[in-house]
Amino acid sequence: MAISLPFRQRREAGRRPLDHEERRRRTIVTPEGLRLSVTIASRGARAAALLIDLFLIGLAMMVTTLALLFIARGVGLQLDGKPEGVGGHAVQALVIVWIIAMFVFRNAWFLYFELGARGATPGKRITGIRVAARAQEDGVGRLTTEAVIARNLVRDIELFMPVVFIGGAISAGGDTEMAGWAGALWFLIFVLFPLTNRDALRCGDVIAGTWVVEAQRRKLEQALSLGEAGGGRSAATGAQYVFGEAELSVYGEYELQVLERVLRDDRPEALAEVAETICRKIGWNAGRGDERAFLEAYYTQLRARLERGMRFGRRKADKFTD
Amino acid sequence: MSTQPTLAARVMGRFSRSEVEAVADAEQAALRSDRFRLEREGDWKRLEAIVTRVEQGRLRRISDDDLLALPALYRNVASSLAIARETSLDRATITWLEGLVQRAWFIVYGPRASLGNWLRRFLGGGWGASVRALGIDILIALATMIAGTVVGWLLVTHNPDWYYSLVGAGDERVPGASRAVLEKVIHGNQGQDGMAIFAAALFSNNAQVSILAYALGFAFGVPSLLLLVHNTASLGALLWLYHGQGLLFDLVGWLFVHGTTELFAILLAGASGIHIGRAMAFPGDLPVLEAAARAGRRTAQVMAGVVIMLICAGLLEGFARQLVDATVPRLIIGSFMLVFWIGYFFAWRRNRAEVIG
Repeated sequence: MAISLPFRQRREAGRRPLDHEERRRRTIVTPEGLRLSVTIASRGARAAALLIDLFLIGLAMMVTTLALLFIARGVGLQLDGKPEGVGGHAVQALVIVWIIAMFVFRNAWFLYFELGARGATPGKRITGIRVAARAQEDGVGRLTTEAVIARNLVRDIELFMPVVFIGGAISAGGDTEMAGWAGALWFLIFVLFPLTNRDALRCGDVIAGTWVVEAQRRKLEQALSLGEAGGGRSAATGAQYVFGEAELSVYGEYELQVLERVLRDDRPEALAEVAETICRKIGWNAGRGDERAFLEAYYTQLRARLERGMRFGRRKADKFTD
Repeated sequence: MSTQPTLAARVMGRFSRSEVEAVADAEQAALRSDRFRLEREGDWKRLEAIVTRVEQGRLRRISDDDLLALPALYRNVASSLAIARETSLDRATITWLEGLVQRAWFIVYGPRASLGNWLRRFLGGGWGASVRALGIDILIALATMIAGTVVGWLLVTHNPDWYYSLVGAGDERVPGASRAVLEKVIHGNQGQDGMAIFAAALFSNNAQVSILAYALGFAFGVPSLLLLVHNTASLGALLWLYHGQGLLFDLVGWLFVHGTTELFAILLAGASGIHIGRAMAFPGDLPVLEAAARAGRRTAQVMAGVVIMLICAGLLEGFARQLVDATVPRLIIGSFMLVFWIGYFFAWRRNRAEVIG
């Protein structure tokens, strides 16, 4: 749908088909003065990443606990018995290991992974996002160790405080319903916080000066003007497609990029439909069966024309500009 | 571009076959911008391979040549991107280049003090410098804690019922308890088993409380202050209780062993929270967000230190206090720790300028 639509009625369909994604795009300026665009991670991706991480942390805690219990049983210790003598010391050691392991899982999981080269916990890796230093007014700094520490210390109150509320109420024999509501309210405030700002910052991001962006991992696609097709000759029929100035001047950069996407996707129906649209527009009759070669030739020659214009400082954004 | 063939040849040696095949001969391309791309693709792919390996944490598999070449390759590819944006309309290539430059940028300008390096710098002066950078907020937190203790004492003096709401009625240490009951807690625990567990549990609990005091700072520091007052008010109430039975001196000794370290840590955590709160309430010339971010980064180091202090406090509480069963030696240990921390933070200075940034 998004492929062929722009060729017909772009103005009506809205100037940018990926408007919501456009809104998440930010520009950072590297120390070399190069402008790079980053895409703020969507709130959904971040929520998913968090859930995955929490699941993994829970799993790690459970496995550790079971492993320690197994070891305790293996050396023949009774956990409910009174700890005495050598056995008692062994149990003590295991309990200490357990307490420290729980503390580490809870506090160091995010820290350790976000300090790595990928700047992402396993959950973030799976959802394809990473932590980065936020762009400030004077350019963008580097992501520092302190920033990662800060953003994860704050995570502690965002996530785990409600649990503390409720746990405290239960252990003190107090009003658990009240504590439950307080916990829920607390949780809501922090969960909704990213909705209140453009960059989807949570409290920890605000304090640490970080944000979460999409981590791009793409493959470099083939150059399109290689070989026969670039020269405009069809390998299948041997026909030579050469377009004149009038036929090439109807489209601009926008249409060129849509055409590029169609060629790279390489779906026969889309190729046929776009070829037909172009033929109608420039008054050609290319015939069926050789759409790809026709489109490749048109693409190459249109791009050559537009790039020549670029070198002379003339750009044609789309078919509506002259 | 005279270096191109040799570079390409070097690249060939490094990649698997499929990647080599991807680099086509530049002469085949009809478009000038595609020729530009194909001529440089070797460099680009080499950078991508290095970046991928760094991201996967396989640093040892990167040759010295590659590591040395990384900054140059990064600048090279960055300039390729700048040129491509002005001369090429190949969307896929430009998007890919943007992604690659971004990934490389994260690595070249990333937090590349490793955790070990950071720790060395942190212990060798960075910690003290960050504590000193808190400045007046330490005094504010200290005043709050003293005020909290006094308030706790005064409240209970006027109405002993306050004791229950400040400390809780969990154990036998309540107003009206006999001297023997109160004394039992302070002395005569050295035979007790399970000290190490006690120490570890204490540490875990205290660490969570101070993380809380810190993290609540973003609400303009008010919750941090409240938390400090609440914690020290119960201390005041406890002091009052033991004072009533003439055991104040012994209780102070009992608390002093680990308290100088633990309360110092809580003081620093609270001061960090206040620091952030103050930075947000009075950001000065900076935007609020940036002021908060700077304060947050400055205080994160303090907090890492607080966790270390709490480990010390937990060990002192779990072992030293139970093993040393007399008030005067306890006071000596506690005082020594206090002098040590103050000396470490405020007297011992090194490479200050390097650390604060």
